[in-house]
Amino acid sequence: MSSASSKPASLFDASLLKPALVDSLRKLHPRDVARNPVMFVVWAGSILTTVLVVKDLVSPRTDGAPLWFTVSVTLWLWFTVLFANFAEAVAEGRGKAQAGALRKMRKDTTARRLANGVEERVPAPDLRKGDLVVCEAGDLIPGDGEVVEGIASVDESAITGESAPVIRESGGDRSAVTGGTKVLSDRIVVRIAVNPGESFLDRMIGLVEGAARQKTPNEVALHILLVGLTVVFLLACVSLVPLALYSGVPLSGTAVVALLVCLIPTTIGGLLSAIGIAGMDRLLRKNVLAMSGRAVEAAGDVDTLLLDKTGTITLGNRMATELLPMPGIRMEDLAEAAQLASMADETPEGRSIVTLVKDTYKMRPRELAAHHATFVPFTAQTRMSGCDLSEPQPRSIRKGAVDAIVKHVQAQGGAVPAELATVSGRIGDAGGTPLAVADGARLLGIVHLKDVVKGGIKERFDRFRAMGIRTVMITGDNPRTAAAIAREAGVDDFLAEATPEAKLALIRTEQGKGKLVAMTGDGTNDAPALAQADVGVAMNTGTQAAKEAGNMVDLDSNPTKLLEVVEVGKQLLMTRGTLTTFSIANDVAKYFAILPALFMGVFPQIAPLNVMRLTSPFSAILAAVIFNALIIIALIPLALRGVRYRPLGAAALLRRSLLIYGVGGVIVPFIGIKAIDVLLTTVGLA
Amino acid sequence: MTLIGWSQILSFFALLLVLTKPLGAYLFRVFEGDTQPLPRVLGPVERVLLRLTGAADRREQTWLEYSGALLAFSVVGMVILYGLQRAQHLLPLNPQGLGAVGPELAFNTAASFVANTNWQSYAGESTMSYLTQMVGLAWQNFVSAAAGLGVALALARGFTRRPGPEGAKTLGNFWVDVTRATLYVLLPVSFVVALFFVSQGMLQNFAPYHELTTLEGAKQTLAMGPVASQEVIKMLGTNGGGFFNANSAHPFENPTPLTNLVQMLLIFVIPAALTYTYGKMAGDTKQGWVLFSAMSLLFFAGVAAAYAAESQPNAAVASAAVTQDGNMEGKEVRYGVPASALFATVTTDASCGAVNSMHDSFNPLGGLVPLVNMQLGEVIFGGVGAGLYGILIMVVLAVFIAGLMVGRTPEYLGKKIESREMKLAMLYVLIFPLFILGLSAVAAVIPQGVSSLNNAGPHGLTELLYAFTSGTANNGSAFAGLNANTPFWNISLGLAMLGGRFLMIVPALAIAGSMVGKKVVPVGPGTFPTNGALFTGLLVSVVLIVGALTFFPALSLGPIVEHFLAGAGKVY
Repeated sequence: MSSASSKPASLFDASLLKPALVDSLRKLHPRDVARNPVMFVVWAGSILTTVLVVKDLVSPRTDGAPLWFTVSVTLWLWFTVLFANFAEAVAEGRGKAQAGALRKMRKDTTARRLANGVEERVPAPDLRKGDLVVCEAGDLIPGDGEVVEGIASVDESAITGESAPVIRESGGDRSAVTGGTKVLSDRIVVRIAVNPGESFLDRMIGLVEGAARQKTPNEVALHILLVGLTVVFLLACVSLVPLALYSGVPLSGTAVVALLVCLIPTTIGGLLSAIGIAGMDRLLRKNVLAMSGRAVEAAGDVDTLLLDKTGTITLGNRMATELLPMPGIRMEDLAEAAQLASMADETPEGRSIVTLVKDTYKMRPRELAAHHATFVPFTAQTRMSGCDLSEPQPRSIRKGAVDAIVKHVQAQGGAVPAELATVSGRIGDAGGTPLAVADGARLLGIVHLKDVVKGGIKERFDRFRAMGIRTVMITGDNPRTAAAIAREAGVDDFLAEATPEAKLALIRTEQGKGKLVAMTGDGTNDAPALAQADVGVAMNTGTQAAKEAGNMVDLDSNPTKLLEVVEVGKQLLMTRGTLTTFSIANDVAKYFAILPALFMGVFPQIAPLNVMRLTSPFSAILAAVIFNALIIIALIPLALRGVRYRPLGAAALLRRSLLIYGVGGVIVPFIGIKAIDVLLTTVGLA
Repeated sequence: MTLIGWSQILSFFALLLVLTKPLGAYLFRVFEGDTQPLPRVLGPVERVLLRLTGAADRREQTWLEYSGALLAFSVVGMVILYGLQRAQHLLPLNPQGLGAVGPELAFNTAASFVANTNWQSYAGESTMSYLTQMVGLAWQNFVSAAAGLGVALALARGFTRRPGPEGAKTLGNFWVDVTRATLYVLLPVSFVVALFFVSQGMLQNFAPYHELTTLEGAKQTLAMGPVASQEVIKMLGTNGGGFFNANSAHPFENPTPLTNLVQMLLIFVIPAALTYTYGKMAGDTKQGWVLFSAMSLLFFAGVAAAYAAESQPNAAVASAAVTQDGNMEGKEVRYGVPASALFATVTTDASCGAVNSMHDSFNPLGGLVPLVNMQLGEVIFGGVGAGLYGILIMVVLAVFIAGLMVGRTPEYLGKKIESREMKLAMLYVLIFPLFILGLSAVAAVIPQGVSSLNNAGPHGLTELLYAFTSGTANNGSAFAGLNANTPFWNISLGLAMLGGRFLMIVPALAIAGSMVGKKVVPVGPGTFPTNGALFTGLLVSVVLIVGALTFFPALSLGPIVEHFLAGAGKVY
């Protein structure tokens, strides 16, 4: 995985090509071909023309089409089938290569199973759901599960590609471990959560190999369209034989098959499954594991995206950004007190106060020891922290929530300035948290703690908006704070004071309006919402419950990864749509190549219809067949890479696609067929 | 082409444009409004009629019930019409004493009129008694149009209804739709315009035929009959079956250029108005105007091509010493080239099939236009109702391709288009090639088929292709030059007409049934608009591509080859 995500493998990796070539031959088996009706028609046509070739060889005729023509068309028809097979094989091959790497990880480890408190050694595949296993430093975790005892650092690079070890501990939101990862320190007891063959790794292997691949809803619908078109063209070509007979035009079987194969949508038909496989593969390269293709496709349709504020929109911690002294208090006094109160405070907020004072007010941090200071830690009861100094004179400095400090000051007989409420109210409105600082009974002022919105997040939300996706921030903050942060981050809406029930209700309301909702989450309390959402992306760092509830897992645990998932989902549909359009648009030129060629023998007057001025009827038909085959090869890279998605809005996107693939699809084959015809003439074939 | 010619075409279209909105709004009130017009006069009539059909409670129907009612109604209608023809010699209002109609012809005619096609393998004045024409044929002219209207309304309801939380399953009531269509729309217009037609010299009597001696002393029979009362519904219901064999070329059936203009307007007016009605149902009239624009573009392309082709001299008479001002063979002098080309385009755009000139005598490319118009699926305004449901199926295909291209599950009016709808839409699309190409292929190689052709070569092929196209598309116009009154042609065309009607209606209603309950996704920037010029263009392309790709090979052996041969001096 790490290698796959860090280096974008070239589209045609030499080591993948050879097995793909072998596979494309193997896929000529009727069982494989029958799965794709469009290519099945080509396959059947190839067999028919092969029979005609053999017949011509056995009993040569002088009146029919020349042998070189029948042989060449037959060869190129077979190539058409092979090229389509090759496209699928290349796409599968890339998955298989990844699956191979994953499978190596699934070494047969020996697990230390706890049975009635006694440790026994069993092979990992023998573990069942509910078994307890012990893992110590150096052990590979034998299966997916949950830490029920202890804390350990775990190297998960095998799954995530992230080399820094992560902490896994019992209880809380960091209890899930994945089979195949390695314990680096300490000892944990893990309760196995899955039976053999159902593990994360197993599912991953199944998905990349395409074994678990089912056709997505839109793929099925498109398939129906393609099959329908194939039947239409089958009727058009088959009925042409008696109509030509009436007109006194002899049609060779080879020519009719050639016409049919050129008309049916072989381009998209041949590339359809490759597009789907490549889409899943592309997602995996972005380190997102989708449990089904359906989920990826749904991601392309998402209307509303729910995001947790903390860790997603804002950096995890609040930072001090400003000091606001009360009237009559010097800034230096407030700064000094704030600094003293935070010197021993190791929380990120505390450290940010020290940094702010140092950077903005140029006051060096002092040695607490020199003041004979005793640190007073934060407790849930006092909701304050600070320090007590004994020299030069005894001082008791506190910082904490405004109401706690107010109580503290009043208890010592101090006065609370009216300014306090105004200032702290203003800070709340701006999305910050006010922190009051007191020296004994004297209220000095307020530290403005601010949620820092992640850099670049606003641009990402703009991109979502351009795609037509509404973003909703979910936070436990009060509405005023939430509104301010929402404004700053550029989300469209927010849900403040969110509880798991409120989240679930929000998703249901949105869905009730007919919208598709995506959500990211990691905690166990996110699980119901993840399950309710149409697209639930669980963080790999999250709990097992969250991972099971979602239909995707982000191995990088990056909540805005959903942007990429949405893009891949849209790309999948767009690639299919554009290639379908291209495929159908191509038919116009093919008609102009083949139809005049078919009838020119009897009706030489229709020469003006031969707009490409192709050399002879035979070169015209052959050129069309060759073009039809080569276009599949030419479009494999596009099918595997996907059409580029641009968040332009639907109308602009449609106009662009119609211009490139619709109008382009009409023009390109005129040029291509003419060029092939010229080439055929030059080499003297026609 | 002349300025006068184009001004005729443009003024026809301008009048149509003026009528579209008011009639569309009226139709909306009739079918979707809370109160219908003239409640004190027509209300009791409606209630009585509905009690007769057992739909007095106006209970809404699912798509299966709706289709069932429609099919049952059509089967009964067909049986009655068949019996009426077979027994007309025993029944009154038969002053000419016309005999019973033969079984194959009676089947063909019954299928034809029930399927709103009005293909006529017979000459009206020498085959059908006044009673058969008035009670049998005219009845079907009303109710088959009303039934088509009902299907269009049901499909429109399927797309536009906003289901509540418990979903939705029903599409309206077939009996209510048919009754209201007849009572509030078809009958009043027919009555009023018939009076106008009589004022222009159209016949309306029960007189026996007149025997006359012409100036040259030859004997001539002048056919009479209740023409005007049948003529309006022939046009308004896009039926097209002429009272006389010469149809709207007959001076008693279409006496003046003014009646000619009114007849063309009658053909287009309901299909055009329905687009506006549809827009109102969708809550966005632009959705309707998009359909109207797409139809108009295709209409102008057709009429321009036909007019241009017919402005060329006829190669067949090039050797004769006549000065040709365009191709006047088979055209009435009182209409001239532009009004004939326009009429041919209008009657084949909409599935009417009335003719005021002989399409068989058109230049090859001029004859190609009516053929292509029908093969595009009768969606250029199309038949009453059939045009709307036809274009809506094309919309489904266009939306599907467009939806994929913008990277979103395709949706139309907020409802997702999924594999079930695609399956049904493809079934719908397959009927045309299956019947038209399949039957043409058979007829082209068997003696029963070929022996009916009056011309050889590509022109004969066009006659044959035209017949099956006209039948399957439920148009009913004849290219002529084909002796269709043979058992083979009567039965094969009868089947084509029934297939082209009912095998397409059922998938259309099934789509309505599966769409009606779908949740509506609110429109966002990610959904592409289906009410703008871009979508109009896409829709036109899809209609052209689906039709052209299917029929281009067959057409190239017919009119296209004939055109090039004519250029080289070879005519058939």
